[in-house]
Amino acid sequence: MNAVFYIAAAVAAVSTIMVVSRSNAVYSLLYLIVSLLSVALIFFVLGAPFIAALEVIIYAGAIMVLFVFTIMMLNLGPQTAEQERKWLSGRAWAGPSILVAILMAEMLYVLWGGDHQVEGRHIVEPKEVSVALYGPYVMIVELSSMLLLGGLVAAYHLGRRVHGDGKEQQP
Amino acid sequence: MMATVPTEYGMVLAAVLFCTGLVGLLVRRNVLFMLMSTEIMLNAAGLAFVVAGSRWHEPDGQIMFMIIVTMAGAEVAVGLALIMRFYHLFKTLDTDAADTLKG
Repeated sequence: MNAVFYIAAAVAAVSTIMVVSRSNAVYSLLYLIVSLLSVALIFFVLGAPFIAALEVIIYAGAIMVLFVFTIMMLNLGPQTAEQERKWLSGRAWAGPSILVAILMAEMLYVLWGGDHQVEGRHIVEPKEVSVALYGPYVMIVELSSMLLLGGLVAAYHLGRRVHGDGKEQQP
Repeated sequence: MMATVPTEYGMVLAAVLFCTGLVGLLVRRNVLFMLMSTEIMLNAAGLAFVVAGSRWHEPDGQIMFMIIVTMAGAEVAVGLALIMRFYHLFKTLDTDAADTLKG
């Protein structure tokens, strides 16, 4: 079980360094997703399965999709098709694919390892997290909803199209 | 009962990820990469919380991580909307284009 942690940590470090060193935004986004997935595996190994699922669903899923949408919206133009063809080349996918394959092998190892792998490690169950979240931390839930509403309103306000003369267009 | 992995190693990993994100934030001039570096730093902070929560077998660290995820979601939505507005104004993603404080 320790080896799983160390390998996942190495994958996380390598992919994160690749994120900040790539010049193409799409490549670095791929490596960022790999980094998030490896951190999710680390969460699972450390006994936080609920948080591992949240990391995959919300971070690697929803937030990264926002990034992909933005990158694609900023790249409108005739050269997009050529770029698209370039991105589909094998070289671009090789690095992230290898790292993800390592993570996949680790995940299969953990899942098929059986219950004896869990020994010596305390799992904080989703039930405990939920009881604490809606018990002493219930105010945090309310504040989170207000924060998300604020983010929604701000994103909608900023996302409107503006004409050259500064007048705002009706959505 | 002890964790199978020393807590220090998890903290070291969180520090490494955080420093990588910080270097990316300071070095890159593309605003999209700066937002990604911010995400890395937030994720590293969340990792530190979960590692600490796992050390004391308490759910509080995981709850802090959930708050960080919520905050990151709101931040990314606003940040990406700002990036779209920025691109329409300056036709570039270089932050040095916006050094005059006059939109």
